[in-house]
Amino acid sequence: MSLTVGVPRALLFHEYGPLMLELLRQCGARAVLSPLTNKQILQAGLDLCVDEACLPVKAFFGHVAYLAEQVDALFIPRFVSIERGAYICPKLMGLPDMVRARAPSAPRIVDPCIDMSRGLGKTMRSIGELGPALGVSSSRVAVALTRSRKVASASTRGRLGDGEPIANGNGIRIGVLGHDYNLNDAYISLDLISKIRRLGAAPVTAGAYSRQETARWERQLAERGAKRLFWTYGRRLLAAASRWLDTGEVDGIVHLMSFGCGPESFIAEVIQHEASERSSLPLLCVNIDEHSAEAGLSTRLEAFIDTVAMRKCEHASDLPAPGQPVDTR
Amino acid sequence: MQVTFPHLGNLWIPVKAFLSSLGHDVITPPPTTKRTLSIGAMHTPDGACLPLKVTMGNFIEAAELGADAILMVGGIGPCRLGYYCELQRRALARAGYSAQLIVVEPPRSGLVQFAGVVRTIRRGAPFRQILQASRLAWAKFQAVDALDQAANTVRWREVSPGRLDACIRRGLALLDAAQTCDDVKDVTRQTLHDVEGCIDDSPHPAVRVGVVGEIYVVMEPAVNMDVCRKLGRLGAQVVQPLMFSSWIESHVVCDIARWIPRPDVMSWSRPYLRHFVGGHGVESVGHSVEMARSGLDGVVHIAPMTCMPEIVAGSILPSVGMAEHIPVISLTVDEHTADVGFDTRLEAFVDLLSARASEEGRFPRDDGLCYNRAQGRWRH
Repeated sequence: MSLTVGVPRALLFHEYGPLMLELLRQCGARAVLSPLTNKQILQAGLDLCVDEACLPVKAFFGHVAYLAEQVDALFIPRFVSIERGAYICPKLMGLPDMVRARAPSAPRIVDPCIDMSRGLGKTMRSIGELGPALGVSSSRVAVALTRSRKVASASTRGRLGDGEPIANGNGIRIGVLGHDYNLNDAYISLDLISKIRRLGAAPVTAGAYSRQETARWERQLAERGAKRLFWTYGRRLLAAASRWLDTGEVDGIVHLMSFGCGPESFIAEVIQHEASERSSLPLLCVNIDEHSAEAGLSTRLEAFIDTVAMRKCEHASDLPAPGQPVDTR
Repeated sequence: MQVTFPHLGNLWIPVKAFLSSLGHDVITPPPTTKRTLSIGAMHTPDGACLPLKVTMGNFIEAAELGADAILMVGGIGPCRLGYYCELQRRALARAGYSAQLIVVEPPRSGLVQFAGVVRTIRRGAPFRQILQASRLAWAKFQAVDALDQAANTVRWREVSPGRLDACIRRGLALLDAAQTCDDVKDVTRQTLHDVEGCIDDSPHPAVRVGVVGEIYVVMEPAVNMDVCRKLGRLGAQVVQPLMFSSWIESHVVCDIARWIPRPDVMSWSRPYLRHFVGGHGVESVGHSVEMARSGLDGVVHIAPMTCMPEIVAGSILPSVGMAEHIPVISLTVDEHTADVGFDTRLEAFVDLLSARASEEGRFPRDDGLCYNRAQGRWRH
């Protein structure tokens, strides 16, 4: 009988999900995926996790709690670094250990160490050590990894529908900054992306840009004397923000950050500083935690998009007749 | 150029000695107070960790005194400390201070930049002078560590409260004034001798408490509500493994001379935390395990609010406590932390440890007080 392995649908699953599932399938394990984050899952996570952690980590614990009862093992890779010279976040580096400590009833945890800063070879070797844990040979894991990388890269990116024109939209483009694992999780992000779309604006996320693009805008910031960031997501966000502020290809920026997120507390400060210095785009910062309410976000978002629309009209040559209300819907 | 640097406990004594020996005009920032904290918090994001706010406050207070160059450490992550310099550079500029930030990055992140910083600090001093300055600074590092350790170890036995601390303060002032390595040695010897005179030699029972956590809040009494002194006054012997000299040995010397074996904290923490998580996460877990195994009665874990490595450590420490049979209390500090909140919690914790120790027959160690659970009070 094949091993049942639970995969929490949270954190870096949103980036590497297809790869994870394919790898487990190729290794002959039966992968069980937790459902989309919902109220029960988050509540279970809050019960397990420490108060000080950020919302996505708490949600992750909820997914673990959901899976714990029904699987033989949990697949929680230790993501240290996914590119050279940058880390993910200390909390994700210690995630398997945190789960082990906080959820003693959880089944065995399979935690290959993903540390690309030490090179692909070392990471491959660490993933190869999955073999004994899953009851297959290491060479089979290596073959499975190669195959699943192909399969995963073939599966399309950009699930957030970046930059898609909106039917009967108002032509406004909103740049959305936020960690992929927050934006891709509609419950955690309070469905921010769809909300923007429902308000008639087209969202563009920082994840839409390639690594080379990120590096290019990062170099531009460095030329102005800024220190290079050492968090992968932070680099993406800051580079995207810098690009938008420079090119003005979006009309406003919404930054969704989770309360207690270490890197974001710093990145947000830098982005706000850059935005106020260049004063080219309006910026809305939204902090989320387990107490966030949908109505709070809706009103702020509506007001923000109204502002952006009005600003756009004022800047455009074809100004509407004075006194005429601006319809943002 | 009037150069300043951030406060961290008694770090200012050796750093000042080093820079002055190289011929720099040094401005020591005023001691960290509530004002420092509130100035720092005003210029930094509210979600940032406490050390950023305190050091920012130090810089502004030093700049008010005329400092125009600030020495700061950099880093390459994943702890936020490595990015402090960028936020501080921006905040200083925005607040209208022209002081220049000199960031000492680890040589790994760029040799050219590192060489530039070394040149700025060196100021053309000959190699002999640098060697002398380093030797004096190293002697002072060891001396302040020795005094701190002595104070933590024996404070619970002091005859009249405050005498020991006055003695240590006097010693630190003399250390600051000491000009040669021999002076430093004499002052240390004399102060340790004076400390002997402040304590009561007759044996008492005492609980032994370890203090672990993020290095800045552990070593800076102004922000940790003086936790080591509080524990000492409550009658606990304090074991605090984080020291400047051991930090320099493990992070600077062993980083350059990689063949020297590092103290293996990881082997202690491995059953609970198997990977480095930045900052002092592994140290907090590893030291706690080691403390439990060496027979300490309890562990106090202090961390700045939202500190990422310490959140990992803090999540794991309760299970360390269960598995290694040692009570652990986690305390979080930020600019709103109040003294009294710490008083009550530490008092309750030390009471619990004493009760536990006497119940398990570890009390009385020789004679003196012992806790009677049935009567709920201490008796001889």
